[in-house]
Amino acid sequence: MRKGLIYIAVLVLAFGALGMAQKSRMDVVKERGKLICGVNGKAPGFGYVDEKTGKYVGFDVDFCRAVAAALFDDPEKVEYVPLTAKARFNAIQTGEVDVVFRNTTITTSRDGAVGVDFLPVNFYDGQGVMVKKDAGVKSVYELEGATVCTNQGTTTEKNWTDFVRAQGWKGNKLLTFESFDKVFNAFLSGRCDAVTTDKSGLVGWKAKAPNPDALVILPETLSKEPLAGFTFQNDSRWKDALTWIVYATIQAEEFGITQKNLNQALKSDKPAFKRFLGVEGTLGKGLGLPNDFVVRVIKHVGNYGEIYDRHLGPNSPFYIPRKGSLNDLYTRGGLMYSPPFR
Amino acid sequence: MQRVPFYKDVRVLGVLLQVAVSLAVLGALLFLGYTAYQGMIARGIPFTFSFLTQEAGFTISEGKTLAIEHGRILLRPFQPSDAYWQAFFTGVYNTLRVSLAGIVLTTVLGVLVGVGRLSSNWLVNRLAFAYVELVRNTPLLVQMFFWYFGAILKLPPVRQASELFGMIVSQRGLFVPWPVPGPGWSHFAPFFWGAVVLLLVGVFWPRARRYAWGLGALMLVGGYLIAGDPLVISVPEKRGFRVVGGAQLSPEFSAVLLSLVVYTASYIAEIVRGAIQSLPRGQWEAAYSLGLSPGQTLRLVILPQAMRIIVPPLGNQYLNLTKNSSLAIAVGYPDLFNVYGTIANQSGRSLEGILIVMGVYLTLSLTISALVNLYNRRVALRGAGR
Repeated sequence: MRKGLIYIAVLVLAFGALGMAQKSRMDVVKERGKLICGVNGKAPGFGYVDEKTGKYVGFDVDFCRAVAAALFDDPEKVEYVPLTAKARFNAIQTGEVDVVFRNTTITTSRDGAVGVDFLPVNFYDGQGVMVKKDAGVKSVYELEGATVCTNQGTTTEKNWTDFVRAQGWKGNKLLTFESFDKVFNAFLSGRCDAVTTDKSGLVGWKAKAPNPDALVILPETLSKEPLAGFTFQNDSRWKDALTWIVYATIQAEEFGITQKNLNQALKSDKPAFKRFLGVEGTLGKGLGLPNDFVVRVIKHVGNYGEIYDRHLGPNSPFYIPRKGSLNDLYTRGGLMYSPPFR
Repeated sequence: MQRVPFYKDVRVLGVLLQVAVSLAVLGALLFLGYTAYQGMIARGIPFTFSFLTQEAGFTISEGKTLAIEHGRILLRPFQPSDAYWQAFFTGVYNTLRVSLAGIVLTTVLGVLVGVGRLSSNWLVNRLAFAYVELVRNTPLLVQMFFWYFGAILKLPPVRQASELFGMIVSQRGLFVPWPVPGPGWSHFAPFFWGAVVLLLVGVFWPRARRYAWGLGALMLVGGYLIAGDPLVISVPEKRGFRVVGGAQLSPEFSAVLLSLVVYTASYIAEIVRGAIQSLPRGQWEAAYSLGLSPGQTLRLVILPQAMRIIVPPLGNQYLNLTKNSSLAIAVGYPDLFNVYGTIANQSGRSLEGILIVMGVYLTLSLTISALVNLYNRRVALRGAGR
């Protein structure tokens, strides 16, 4: 009887400890020694498993590595958790992962009702539609009565529904599946007339199709899809650190600092560089990060342009032209703009 | 006899222990709930059911929902302007549709295969054996994928689909001509519903069956002649991307139904076989000696007795089928769990939503087991067990 009471008392204390006030996730991650990062796992170019090495690679995955590099000086100290579109917000709500980089659109309801906080946009995208060439469809406006497939739990679902309502079409059907490989399968087998998701996703999946030339992406862009990573609400310390890690990659490209010329940049006399790279000042420390976190990020992962070219550039299988697009630096007419590091 | 003090009385201690354990379990559950609640507050996530009346903003590919329009309550297809609770309703409607159809079909198939397992015809026997062993030992999810991606989606597309007797069989679904209410329906309706009532009366009162069903048939024929054109056959026809008219069984519904029916029937077949084999051999011999054929023996002597043994495990299989229908999310059929996934993602209220879903499945399961128990009491041996 006494053993049982002690057992119950210990359980009660343990539950109590769980319920105590949350400390910042930053301390939890530092203590743990590795980052738990939520990724897609099935998005070609952005977050997928490399068939040859069996590791997670991609545009979004590189941002996970950048965070790990900033915290631990080792981009490999990451545990990747593949998340479906449905489960990605739950993973943050329950605290299963520290941060999620999973081509997620910033929307008001996600920021508010769903309860996550977004990091800076790392890719400006838009929703597109893909059909088979022999359907003879040249524009999105010819899809009255069509059956369209997409991913469950995404902004594309709602955007397409709104679009059909605005056109006043009857007889359209929208089929949703849990993961995009099932969606694409259903589209290729002919179950749906068209498939819709972010244009970056369409490019990636088209490249992976058995017959890419039989597919055509329609020219219209149906919506704004600014993609960004996200983390917990009410944890400003962690969110601020993550925010400035993302900005560091963009600012580095603006300064022209690359993995190759990093050592030269460290020897530079320019006060802006010195502050940025942590040679002078305490910008990093103020965020709770090591003072040279920018150096670590660029050394291991590179600047934004290098990350982009590595996965979405002309030499990669998932080429998305960057020049003159919204994803170019603001100095070249795009929207990639970092606040100053000072 | 000496009076036992209060704190040594075994009966009192027994009751106290039960009360203490119940409180401990309740306390643990409340503590977990409280911790979850506190955690959500700390992360700035509210716990509220107010989202149910908000506009959904997404579509559901099939199913009907409850709506109050022009002062009438009716069932109609779900629209994006409907509320979240109507989306839940559509999910429940779809789950019920596939579960009820599945229960009926799987019972028929299961009994047929179970009896076939005992057939003296070698081919029937071996086929039934192969079917049961193959299906029982493959996971249901795998079978569902097979039916959907491996079979139904390989059918020809609408433009090349064949039309037999007005039916169109394509990878977009099975379309059949279906009667829909025509201009004379309002006159015919009272005759129709009267005939339905008489049908039910005949089912439950064997003595009045002849008169009830005869009168019902008369009402149907008479009503049809009196009202002009009460029913019009809507024939499906191809039009551009899709098919208009007729009734449609979508590929997703067909795949879920087929896989559930085939899978559960293999278990029911074994239950039926076991029940029949457990009856004494003497029953068969006595029936044959009375001159009954094997078919008549089965129908009049064996199966009625076997029902007592079959019904409780059969209820189990019905519950399994209903709950297994939640796998429909894998092939995109919008059952309750699938719709919950979309609702949780669009509204962010996943905890509240899953409580609703669990409540619905619990209610559904309890209802099915209550109905099965009712039937069981009718066929059970009087006084056997309690």
